[in-house]
Amino acid sequence: MSIYDKLRERGIEIGDRVRVLRDNEEIYGVLMPRYSIYEGENLLVIKLDNGYNVGIEVDENTKIDLVSKRERIVFKEEKVLFDKSKPKVSVLSTGGTIASRVDYKTGAVYPSLRTEDLIKMIPEIEGLVYLDAKQIMSKFSEDMKKSDWSLIAREVYRSMKDSYGVIVLHGTDTMSDSASALAFSIRNKSVPIIFVGSQRSSDRPSTDSYFNIKASIITALKAPFAESVVVMHGETSDSYALVHRGVKVRKMHTSRRDAFQTINDYPIAKVLVDRMELEIIGRIIRYRSNEEPVLMDKFEEKVALVKFYPGFDEGILDYFLEKKYKGIVIEGTGLGHVSNDLIPKIKELIDSGTIVTMTSQCLFGRIDMKVYSTGRLLLKAGVLPSEDMLPETAYVKLSWLLGNFKDLEEVKRLYLENLEGEINERLSLDMYPKWITNH
Amino acid sequence: MDYKSLGLKVGLEIHFQLDTEKKLFCDCPTEFGREKYRFIRELHPSLSELGEIDPAVEFEWKRGRKYEYIFAENDCLVEADEEPPKELNREALLISLAVAKALNMKFPDEIYVMRKIVIDGSNVSGFQRTALIAKDGYIEVNGKRIGIQTLCLEEDAARKVEERENLVVYNLDRLGVPLIEIATAPDIEDPREAEIVAKRIGTLVLLTGKCKRVLGAIRQDVNVSIKGGAKTEIKGVQYLSLIPKVVEYEVLRQLRLLEIRDELRKRGLKKEDLDGNIYDLTEILKNTKSKIIKNSLEKGGKVLGIRLKGFKGLIGKEVQPGRRFGTELSDYAKLYGVGGIFHSDELPAYGITQEEVKKVYEFLGLDENKDAFILVADLEEKARNALRSVLNRIKIAFDGIPEETRAANPDGTTRFMRPRPGASRMYPETDIQPIRVTGELLKESEKYVPEPFEVKFERFVKEYGLSKDLAKEMIEDIRLSLFEELVKKYRNVEPKVIASILINDLRYLRREGYEVDRISDGSLDELIGLLDKGVIAKDSVNDILIELSENPEKGVLEIVKEKNLFKLSREEVYKIVLEVFEKFYDRISEKRDKAINIIMSEVKKVVGNRYGSRELYNIIYEILKEKGFIT
Repeated sequence: MSIYDKLRERGIEIGDRVRVLRDNEEIYGVLMPRYSIYEGENLLVIKLDNGYNVGIEVDENTKIDLVSKRERIVFKEEKVLFDKSKPKVSVLSTGGTIASRVDYKTGAVYPSLRTEDLIKMIPEIEGLVYLDAKQIMSKFSEDMKKSDWSLIAREVYRSMKDSYGVIVLHGTDTMSDSASALAFSIRNKSVPIIFVGSQRSSDRPSTDSYFNIKASIITALKAPFAESVVVMHGETSDSYALVHRGVKVRKMHTSRRDAFQTINDYPIAKVLVDRMELEIIGRIIRYRSNEEPVLMDKFEEKVALVKFYPGFDEGILDYFLEKKYKGIVIEGTGLGHVSNDLIPKIKELIDSGTIVTMTSQCLFGRIDMKVYSTGRLLLKAGVLPSEDMLPETAYVKLSWLLGNFKDLEEVKRLYLENLEGEINERLSLDMYPKWITNH
Repeated sequence: MDYKSLGLKVGLEIHFQLDTEKKLFCDCPTEFGREKYRFIRELHPSLSELGEIDPAVEFEWKRGRKYEYIFAENDCLVEADEEPPKELNREALLISLAVAKALNMKFPDEIYVMRKIVIDGSNVSGFQRTALIAKDGYIEVNGKRIGIQTLCLEEDAARKVEERENLVVYNLDRLGVPLIEIATAPDIEDPREAEIVAKRIGTLVLLTGKCKRVLGAIRQDVNVSIKGGAKTEIKGVQYLSLIPKVVEYEVLRQLRLLEIRDELRKRGLKKEDLDGNIYDLTEILKNTKSKIIKNSLEKGGKVLGIRLKGFKGLIGKEVQPGRRFGTELSDYAKLYGVGGIFHSDELPAYGITQEEVKKVYEFLGLDENKDAFILVADLEEKARNALRSVLNRIKIAFDGIPEETRAANPDGTTRFMRPRPGASRMYPETDIQPIRVTGELLKESEKYVPEPFEVKFERFVKEYGLSKDLAKEMIEDIRLSLFEELVKKYRNVEPKVIASILINDLRYLRREGYEVDRISDGSLDELIGLLDKGVIAKDSVNDILIELSENPEKGVLEIVKEKNLFKLSREEVYKIVLEVFEKFYDRISEKRDKAINIIMSEVKKVVGNRYGSRELYNIIYEILKEKGFIT
């Protein structure tokens, strides 16, 4: 039983004010939770009156008394009048800490999505828009499953009808996967679907969440396009945001604000946040329309994304054969290769009815399997080349195709077709980072 | 002034930059590097669980400023707030544990790094990372125990290099340098005592040999309160010797502000009766000769004013030497980007004529002999915000003294910086694991526990041959560890010569008005090195130091070449002395008793400082003896 459990039995809980007495030292403060990953059953964390936390080891001679119970938090409710005559923008939250509050008493940070808070923090948007915020799930993005893509697709589809744009607040780790999933699962999109996240949680004054949310609202109001996009910081400065096509974007940095980069294409638009303007800098695949959106929200579970590496054990492919996987996207080397000794096993998979496709772990550039003999042998075995598609996009696309189309020939045909701008037929010289001039 | 009966209480917060290899939360060096890149950020207040925003934080946010950061060679993604911090630097931790031990402090069993919200842009993250290392200690000063409340280890903030209206530029070279903050209890009761306590604490930290030695490496904040007054926090007192003055002036300011309050009451004025309206006086002053007003009208600005019924004489009342109550109000106005205010107690002036003053009084319906007014000329919104801020400050005058954070001016007076922050906005830095304070860790820190003053003093006097006064001064000087390094490095120069250069020569030149603090440790090292090798004579040290204070980037050898300060050989000097002897033989023969002086002054004309005076004396003595002038 931990010291915290023992105290709870005596009616002393986190947030209560206590007095700790030990070898002629008297310590007053508020009992705090421990966040250490280390075991420490006999350590208490106390927030002193000067605001600092300290850890105190407790033994049989330590006396702990309750001074006063924690004050109940009373939320100050502020009335924000919603002007429903303004364009409606739906804000759907899937979790993450893009909008959160800090409990300075315990140091806890908890998500809180309230339109009032958004308006308070981004006063410029007041009177411009009618924000309709809703929590649809509460998940870290690394915990997202394909069933979650379906859920998000249904919620977005529902909100699309009377909104000027739908904003999805999402954790950043798998945000581009979800954005790809929405690109495919809602056909005939009428308004933009905007994924936005933050790389610095909103309990920090330096958070990027308000900048990104503001950019996403500007995009919802001003974008001429109706695609599934990701809106995030364009550079480390708080200057502009970029609108990336969901099927062409990838998180390319673990921690930077401008982690999201369009690969093998230009971003669609630049958002000049201070001036509340949106400037188109890339191509548009689909414009806003009055068409009726169509929901196709199924994703096949038995599809895998497999990265090839030197020393790859062919037994890994046996697993997929045994489990009767319907699709496998390989992230191969260079122009689209795996070692020659794997080819018979891949052929076996294809012959058993699995669709196998090839992408490149280079990320930048296009697959070409006709240049070297290995590629030609893979093509001959029936592997589908994925052009310049990102591996994750190919994985989402194949999962979606297998989920919604029964005819395998149809699936193969559509896989090679450019449905949402996931393929760029013309790669330009400047679609590649240059370390000398960039930062 | 009788500070005891005024109930003066002073507490000190002293910050020491540590000379560690790496910064506190990343692997960047603490030596400053050059600029590489710039970027711009904004900061937002974070909402508390109650949806509240701290007043000091909201104040900064509402100013709507952006921050430009200079990313330097000694920065990485951590300083740019683009990567989570690494673990607390162990060297810095050990040094701070050692200092805490020397201050008789108590340690917690586990140290937590906290985030302290600061949104003036000086921290890119919007918070300063800080950890309480120890608490409840004391230091004995002249037989009195001064409590040491806390010792914290924190990251230094970025360096402000430029402030424009809506943009503040910070250099990140300093951000993340480890800083020890030692806070005393408000046990100090006299301005002079504050300086002595600061000095003693400073010496103790310097004795670890791990304190940075550049200008600004040690910074003092002073907290002052008197009975019936308010607690004022004064930031950035650069020199120890300024502390007593800062305290005296703050006491004076609080007393004067209390007098203003009493006078307001005596005049029967009430806060509620203050006219909160802002009046447009552009029309009346549109033909003024005042340059400031003319310039802002040309930019499309306005002249706005407020009425202060019954205030005649109070705005002009001096609160600190050269600072009037009006200056205090002006500080509040300036925060909104205006140049300042005009108040009726100082007018006519600044090109505003008596007649214009009269017209303003008339327009505002005020009595010239009883009332006062304040004007601001600028773009309307700015002027309006500035006057609102002034009105709010005036309202507080009816109750007494506002709680403020103030900044020290070089003359010891202070100016308003921002309201004092509310209850500390601190929450845990969850990116960093807490640190267990183990017996092992404390043992390891012992290598940094400073050698006690008495032991070092004894060694300096006995081993190094320093006089008692010089030994004491050397130990208390910021260049203490440089001295110890140089003594070990250069065996041909006597320690007392080195100490004398570092203490006496530099002090003499500082008094003469030379900026000797600009001279780097590297230059001093090179200088002693040249003495050690006999390249220069001790006598030319002063000339070199003067040149270095004016051109600190110059190499010492370069200066020696430029000024031809190379030490002459004995043979050369011997020859010169002989020549002088021959040339002035008649005069010397006439005044035999003054022979040495005559030769000395003539030789000096030729040799200058290129040969030591004592050695020169010896040569002259030798020759005179040879020639039979001395027996």
